[in-house]
Amino acid sequence: MRTALSGLSLHQPATIASALKLMRGDPPPLPIAGCTDVFVQLNFGTLKETQFIDLSRIGTLRRIVVHDAVLSIGATASYAEIMRSRLVRQRLPMLVAAAREIGGPQIQARGTIGGNVANASPAGDTLPVLAAADALVVLASADGERRVPFTEFSTGYRMTVRRPEELVVAIEVPIVDGQQWFRKVGTRAAQAISKLVMAGVRRPAAAPSLAIGSVAPTVIRLPRTEAALGSGASVAAAQRILAEEIQPIDDVRSTAEYRRRVASNLLERFWTETA
Amino acid sequence: MKFQLNGRAVDVEAAPMARLLDVLREECGLTGTKEGCGEGECGACTVLMDGEPVCSCLVPFAQARDTAVLTIEGLGGTHALQEAFALEGGAQCGICTPGMILAALRLPAKATREQVRIGLAGNLCRCTGYEAIYRAIQKVVDDGGLTLPAAARIIDGPPT
Repeated sequence: MRTALSGLSLHQPATIASALKLMRGDPPPLPIAGCTDVFVQLNFGTLKETQFIDLSRIGTLRRIVVHDAVLSIGATASYAEIMRSRLVRQRLPMLVAAAREIGGPQIQARGTIGGNVANASPAGDTLPVLAAADALVVLASADGERRVPFTEFSTGYRMTVRRPEELVVAIEVPIVDGQQWFRKVGTRAAQAISKLVMAGVRRPAAAPSLAIGSVAPTVIRLPRTEAALGSGASVAAAQRILAEEIQPIDDVRSTAEYRRRVASNLLERFWTETA
Repeated sequence: MKFQLNGRAVDVEAAPMARLLDVLREECGLTGTKEGCGEGECGACTVLMDGEPVCSCLVPFAQARDTAVLTIEGLGGTHALQEAFALEGGAQCGICTPGMILAALRLPAKATREQVRIGLAGNLCRCTGYEAIYRAIQKVVDDGGLTLPAAARIIDGPPT
């Protein structure tokens, strides 16, 4: 490990109230839970934070419940817990599909949905699902809670509207009416970060919802492509609009050209497989 | 800090943000758990925490408090999986082997080939091409099935 342990401090609050109080510290501590991202950076000596708050001891933060028809997934629910949850399997199977393709069993046992959201990577595998499902991010501070539509949560590459003293405490998903679809394209089925990741909801009498990752600084919805398909345009016409809605780049995992081609192919797959 | 290690209650002193991997190897002297990539990709450092497979390079020691940790040493060298890996050539250089065996412990008792492939998807091997590993696990499945040792869970309530 390339980070000096002696300079690091860790709080392990047992309740959300005490966690939110600690978040008012100066500087605010970095929230950790599954550590599947934080410990990679810590190990390679690239993390600047030295104060941490462990959320894994707060039992209420990992609950998965349905309340007033809204599915609420606690921020520290792991991918394994999401895959096992009857509520998620019934209501949001595309999230189960996404969780299955994250890492391998070891990462699924530890990584959390709140971490995926708060990290705001454009390649986050659960994020297109949350965007397509019109999910809300529940943010809490000692002053109270607020809800932000997932599509407004991330403002740029790894940037979010979370204030320094706020915690992501839950993700809320309304009833998803329609056929859910998810597809990740990476170098191999497990342990790969996506080259492209797409989620969609096909509705019988309304425009579909479509969201895509790894083609822009954040995960994005595709409003013009959705509207085209909703108004009866051909897949080929929708593919031309999709090409204008995404801005993929060349990076270590793929090329812009490949991503354009695959995004177009996935759109066709979505439309034919949900027909 | 108290936790259960391979079935025994232990009290180990180490920094809260130390990697569980380093505490096991350096404080507890259990060097069977290997470090491969140090970033959760290779699975060589896999141990079971309360029965769940985890990469011990990504676990802060403080999170192990009151949990049951099972490492390869907890299998005593005579577990059916260890013998099958030796017999079938499932181990060559040996770096991935402890993690492979710990991950295999969490497979369904009568795991199919597909379940084995998915269950070991987080463990990389650069020697065997995996076939010998799958064969070893298949042998244990055929000979009565995979079983999780009691020491994978807290045995007598949280250690006191």
